[in-house]
Amino acid sequence: MLDANDILLSMKGLHIEGRTDEEWIEIVKGVDLELSKGEVLGLIGESGAGKSTIGLAAMGFARDGCRISGGEITFDGINMRTASEATKRGLRGRRIAYVAQSAAASFNPAHKLIDQYSEGPVKHGVMSREEAESDATDLYRRMQLPDPDSIGFRYPHQVSGGQLQRAMTAMAMACRPDLIIFDEPTTALDVTTQIEVLAAIRDIVEQFDTAALYITHDLAVVAQMADRIKVLLKGEEVEESDTRSMLASPTQDYTKSLWAVRTHARPEQPPVIEGKPVLSVRNVTAGYGAVDVLKDVSFDIHPRRTVAVVGESGSGKSTTARVITGLLPPRRGEVLFNGEALPPDFRRRTRDQLRQAQMIYQMADTALNPKLKIRELVGRPAQMYLGLRGKALEERIRELLSLIEMEPGDYIDRLPSELSGGQKQRIGIARALAAEPQFIICDEVTSALDQLVAEGILKLLDRLQGEFDLAYMFITHDLATVKAIADEVVVMKDGVVVEMGPKSEMFQPPHDPYTELLLSSVPEMDPDWLTGLLEARATAADN
Amino acid sequence: MGLITGMFWLAVAIVLGLAAGWIFRVAVVAASPRPIARELRTAPLTASFGMLVILIYIVVAVFAPLVAPFPETEVVGTEYQPWDDVHVLGTDNLGRDMLSRLIFAARNTVGIAFITTALAFILGVMTGLLAASVGGWVDQVLSRAVDVLMAIPALIFALLLLTIVGTSIVNMILVIALIDSTRVFRLARAVAMNIVVMDYVEAARLRGEGLLRLNIREILPNAMAPLVAEFGLRFCFVFLMISALSFLGLGIQPPTADWGSMVKDNATLISFGDITPLLPAGAIALLTVCVNFVVDWQLHRASGLKE
Repeated sequence: MLDANDILLSMKGLHIEGRTDEEWIEIVKGVDLELSKGEVLGLIGESGAGKSTIGLAAMGFARDGCRISGGEITFDGINMRTASEATKRGLRGRRIAYVAQSAAASFNPAHKLIDQYSEGPVKHGVMSREEAESDATDLYRRMQLPDPDSIGFRYPHQVSGGQLQRAMTAMAMACRPDLIIFDEPTTALDVTTQIEVLAAIRDIVEQFDTAALYITHDLAVVAQMADRIKVLLKGEEVEESDTRSMLASPTQDYTKSLWAVRTHARPEQPPVIEGKPVLSVRNVTAGYGAVDVLKDVSFDIHPRRTVAVVGESGSGKSTTARVITGLLPPRRGEVLFNGEALPPDFRRRTRDQLRQAQMIYQMADTALNPKLKIRELVGRPAQMYLGLRGKALEERIRELLSLIEMEPGDYIDRLPSELSGGQKQRIGIARALAAEPQFIICDEVTSALDQLVAEGILKLLDRLQGEFDLAYMFITHDLATVKAIADEVVVMKDGVVVEMGPKSEMFQPPHDPYTELLLSSVPEMDPDWLTGLLEARATAADN
Repeated sequence: MGLITGMFWLAVAIVLGLAAGWIFRVAVVAASPRPIARELRTAPLTASFGMLVILIYIVVAVFAPLVAPFPETEVVGTEYQPWDDVHVLGTDNLGRDMLSRLIFAARNTVGIAFITTALAFILGVMTGLLAASVGGWVDQVLSRAVDVLMAIPALIFALLLLTIVGTSIVNMILVIALIDSTRVFRLARAVAMNIVVMDYVEAARLRGEGLLRLNIREILPNAMAPLVAEFGLRFCFVFLMISALSFLGLGIQPPTADWGSMVKDNATLISFGDITPLLPAGAIALLTVCVNFVVDWQLHRASGLKE
C-alpha cells in the first residue's frame, strides 16, 4: 500500500515505560506506526491510551519519568533512538514540529508572538530575523488571523485562545517541517472557535504538503483532519484503517463502543403545561465590579426536568450558577425556589434552603478535599442536614455509594487520589445526593472526562433523576451532551438568553442566528462535514 | 595536614552517623507495629539519623538527673579544670561540671524552645487561617498589625519587650512566641489563600459549614505540608533566639543551665585554644540539623514530591 521510499516516520514495536514509585510500568506496549510524506494520521483513544507519549516519541523524546524501552523509531532514515542529542535538536523545530494542547500555557508570556516565532528559524539558520518576520506575517495571513501585519507584535495574553492556537500552528510551520505533531490542538476551545482552527490547520497542512500526526480523543474532529485513523487503547493498537472505512465499518468492539457514545439520547418528555417550577430565575442582572456579566436573565426549571444552559466561554453560564447558589448576589432580579424568593447571599439562607439546591463541579479533582476519605466526603452532608449519626450514617453512606454504582466496601475508606476521574465525579454526585436535594446544578460535569466515562455519568444522572424526582440545571458547551440529557435548552450569549425552549424545538429550524452557528459548529462524524460547512458558510457570506 | 585530618574525621563522623541511622531504622522497624513500620522503612538514612539524635536528646533531657554525674548548679571543683576522668568535659568558670550542665541544659533549652514554637504556631496558624478564610477587614486588621510587628528587627524587639516586662522564663516564652507567630501568620495566610479558592472550600461554604469546621477540616489538612516544614525551621530559629538572648543575659537566668549562656560564660577559654565552650554550640547545631533532616523527610512524604 505504501511506497517504501515515501515513508517519513516509522515506529516498530515501540515500548515506552513510565516510573511509578518503585517500578517501571509499560505505557506503550508495542505499537507499530507508519506515516508517509504529506499524510495525516489520526491517533485516537481515551486518556491513558498513550497517544501523547507516542507523539513525543516521534521526536525521540520521552517525558520526565518515562523512557523508551524498546522498538525502533525511524524518521526519514534517521534512527531516533540512537541519534545524538545534537542531531535530535537539529531536527526538532526544523523538520519535526509540535503543537501543544494549550497554546496559552505553551507560549512564553514574557515575549511577543513574533519573537517566539522567529526563534526557531533563526536558531536553525533557516532564515534571518527579517526574513522570519516577513514570513510570520505571511503565515499569519494564511492562518486567517486578524491584522496579520501587527498581531505578531502582541503578547500572548493580548490575543484570544483560538488565535493563539493558530499562531502556534503558524510557529510550528516556520521552518516548513516535514512532520507536525498536533497534540489535541482544539480540545480547550469552544466549538465555534474550534471550526476556525481546524480549517486553518487543514489548509496549511495541505498547502505545504506536510505530514502530520493528529492526536485527539474526539472522533468527529479526527474524521475531518486525518487520512488514516489509528485507535489506541491502554498503550495498544486496537485497529487502523483509512478514515472513511473506519467510520463506515469499524471492526473491533472497542471502536464500535466509541462510535456508539454519540448515539445515546434521552427519550423526549411531554412539554410542561402547568405546575410550579422548582426554580425560577427572574430578570437577573449581575456582574463583577462595574461590568454586567448577566443582563436580564430569566428562565424556569420544573421538577424532574433537565434544563441545559448552553453557550461558549464568557457567555455567563457559570455566573448564572453562582447567582443561583448565592455566591454572587445579583444587582437586580431574584431567584425563586418553589415560588419563594431566596435570599441573594448564601450566608443568609437557611440550612434547608442550602440543602435543597446542590452543585456538582466540573473538576472533580478540586471539588473533593484531597485529605478527606470518601466516608467523610459523602457522609458530611447527611450528617449535617439530616442529623444522621453512627450506624445510621454509615448505612446511608453505603447506600449512597451503591446508588452511584461503587462497591461500598472497596471505596469507603479511600482518599480521592485513589480514584479515577470518573469515580471522583461519581463521588461528587453522591455528595450532592446525600443532602437529598430537589435541585442540582451540574457545571460541565462531563467535560473533563473521556467519552465512555462521560456517557456512564450521564446515564447515572438520568437514572437518579427518575428515582429521586430531581431537577437539573445542566451547564455545558457541548451540544452532544445537550442532545443526550436535556429536556429544555437555554442558549446564552454575552450574558443574554438568546433562545430557549424544549429540546426538540431547539434542534429544529428556525433558529436564532447564534443558535444556528452553535449547532452547525458541532463536528459530525462525516469526513466531508468541515468542507461542506465551510462552503455553505462562504456562500452565505457572499449572498 | 590539619585540614586533611579534619576532613578525615568529618567523613568518619558522617559514615558513623549514617550507620547509626541505619541500625536505628532497622531496630525501630522491627520493633514497631506494621503500619508504622511501613512508613518508617521509607525514611532516608539522614532522617533515621535525625530521629535517632532527637530521641537521644529527649531521653537525656527527660532523665537528666539520672544521666548527669553531678548536680546542675553545684560547684564541684576548681574553675576551668581540664578534661579528666572525674569531670569528663572539665569544669566551667565557677567550677561546675561541664557535662552535667550540658545535659541539664538540653532539658531547659529544648523544652522551652518547643513550648515557644508550639505557642507561636497555635497563634500564627489560627490568625493566619482566620485572615484567609474570612478576608475583608479582619484580614486587613490582622495583616497590618503583623506588618507593624515585623517592621522591627526580631532580636531588638525581643530585647525591648523583655526589658519592659522583665526577664523571666514565662515572659521570654510569650515574647518570642508573639514575635515568631507573625512569621507563621504570613505563611499560614499565604498557604490558606490558595486553598480558600478551591472548589471544595466553596462547596463546604455552600453547604453552610461554620468557620471553625471550614478551617479545621477543609483548609488546615491541606496546608499541613508547608506548615510542618516551617515548624522545623521555626523551632531552630526559636532555639537560636533563646540562646542568643541567654548569651546577652536576658534569656534563661543563671544558675539554670542553658547552652547559650554556657557559651558566654566560658568564652574566655577559646583564647587558650580550648574547644570546650563550643560544645554547647555544637549541641545546638546538631539538633538543628537533625530536626531539619526529619522535617525534610516528612515534607517530602506529605507533598508527594519526587526527586
